[in-house]
Amino acid sequence: MCTVCGCSEGEVKIEGSHHHHHDEHHSHTHDHSHEHTNSHEHSHEHEHLHSKSIEVDGDNMHFGKGPAHAHVAGLSQSRMVQIEQDILGKNDMYAAQNRARFERQSLFVLNLVSSPGSGKTTLLTETIQLIKDHYSVAVIEGDQQTANDADRIRETGVQAVQVNTGKGCHLDAHMVGHAMENFADMTGGILFIENVGNLVCPAAFDLGEASKVAILSVTEGEDKPLKYPDMFHASDLMILNKTDLLPYLDFDVERCIEYAKQVNPDIKVLQLSARSGEGMKEWIDWLIEHRKEMIQNRIDALQTEADQFRALL
Amino acid sequence: MHEMSIAEGIIQVLEEQAKAQQYTRVKTVWLEIGPLAMIETEALLFCFEAVTKNSLAEGAKLNIINIPGEAFCMQCLKTVPVEKRYDSCNQCGSHQLQITQGEEMRIKELEVE
Repeated sequence: MCTVCGCSEGEVKIEGSHHHHHDEHHSHTHDHSHEHTNSHEHSHEHEHLHSKSIEVDGDNMHFGKGPAHAHVAGLSQSRMVQIEQDILGKNDMYAAQNRARFERQSLFVLNLVSSPGSGKTTLLTETIQLIKDHYSVAVIEGDQQTANDADRIRETGVQAVQVNTGKGCHLDAHMVGHAMENFADMTGGILFIENVGNLVCPAAFDLGEASKVAILSVTEGEDKPLKYPDMFHASDLMILNKTDLLPYLDFDVERCIEYAKQVNPDIKVLQLSARSGEGMKEWIDWLIEHRKEMIQNRIDALQTEADQFRALL
Repeated sequence: MHEMSIAEGIIQVLEEQAKAQQYTRVKTVWLEIGPLAMIETEALLFCFEAVTKNSLAEGAKLNIINIPGEAFCMQCLKTVPVEKRYDSCNQCGSHQLQITQGEEMRIKELEVE
């Protein structure tokens, strides 16, 4: 396992590929090369230091043990070193690599975050049914244990890779980079990353997604945006799910939206019930529109680049 | 408990820097942490002690430098202090705030040998 995802202590597991990384022995090839911590060179789709092992069994990936710790007996004089380095810099670097790759492929990626039980997986299976005939769709499922959610997604006929984080409380960009190796060409498609059900930690870990989407079910408290502000601050869209249950609850929709706008004035809010289908059209419209916007941005960027090169002729 | 990941991230930076800066032991680490960095200081101190065992930073002291949170208020057009995500502008009460400082989570300085 990469040290950036340290909290899993050797228990991260990703479904779906067939290679093993180990500390000292063996090399493999991907896109570009980099130097390894253990002074051997090999190449990788995204560069990183592996000092723990990653074990892959079918569609299951395990991220092994953490960094080889340096053992030293220092006798020299103590001194001060200025380093000014972001602690999450490593994760952000993997996230940037993922994002560049998603942009290259015009792959629209959403990171779905919520508490456990908000209905993420049902929302996904219903969404997939509505769009799978028009778009290439895939799912990365994050859970501490089991492949239950990935199995539910697979029943819809689309590919799902299960990442088990072990003790870990969130997915990180490095796990997502590896999970991506399991998918064939996803150019122009839509990838949903269903994060570990947790309204706290996933807010801190950029995965390279186009947007985070926070899902809050109306069976929860309407003040969750205030109780867990980081997540709602980091999300572009809040989905209020299970609205078919509103008649039986005291949930105050207006107040919930007000709270969400307090922590994130720009957040967009959609109300729907994945079960009854109410509001699903607006969600699908949002999805299609934002996918289109991302592809258009990509075209514009390529156009600008092409124009710059044309000027050189 | 992502503080454990954060603590592991610190160790990783320390190990990577050990070669570049030519040190073999870390005695003190100064971290700059803002109120909006999603870090619980007590939890981080606990995790840091746990993950530094058998590392080049075993027994190292972790000093936290708390940075104040600041945001630019779109209504008042000035910088105002904030401590929480849902804080409003202390001048006009608006929530149209752009965070300008306080999300930092940075290793500032090390005492090494």
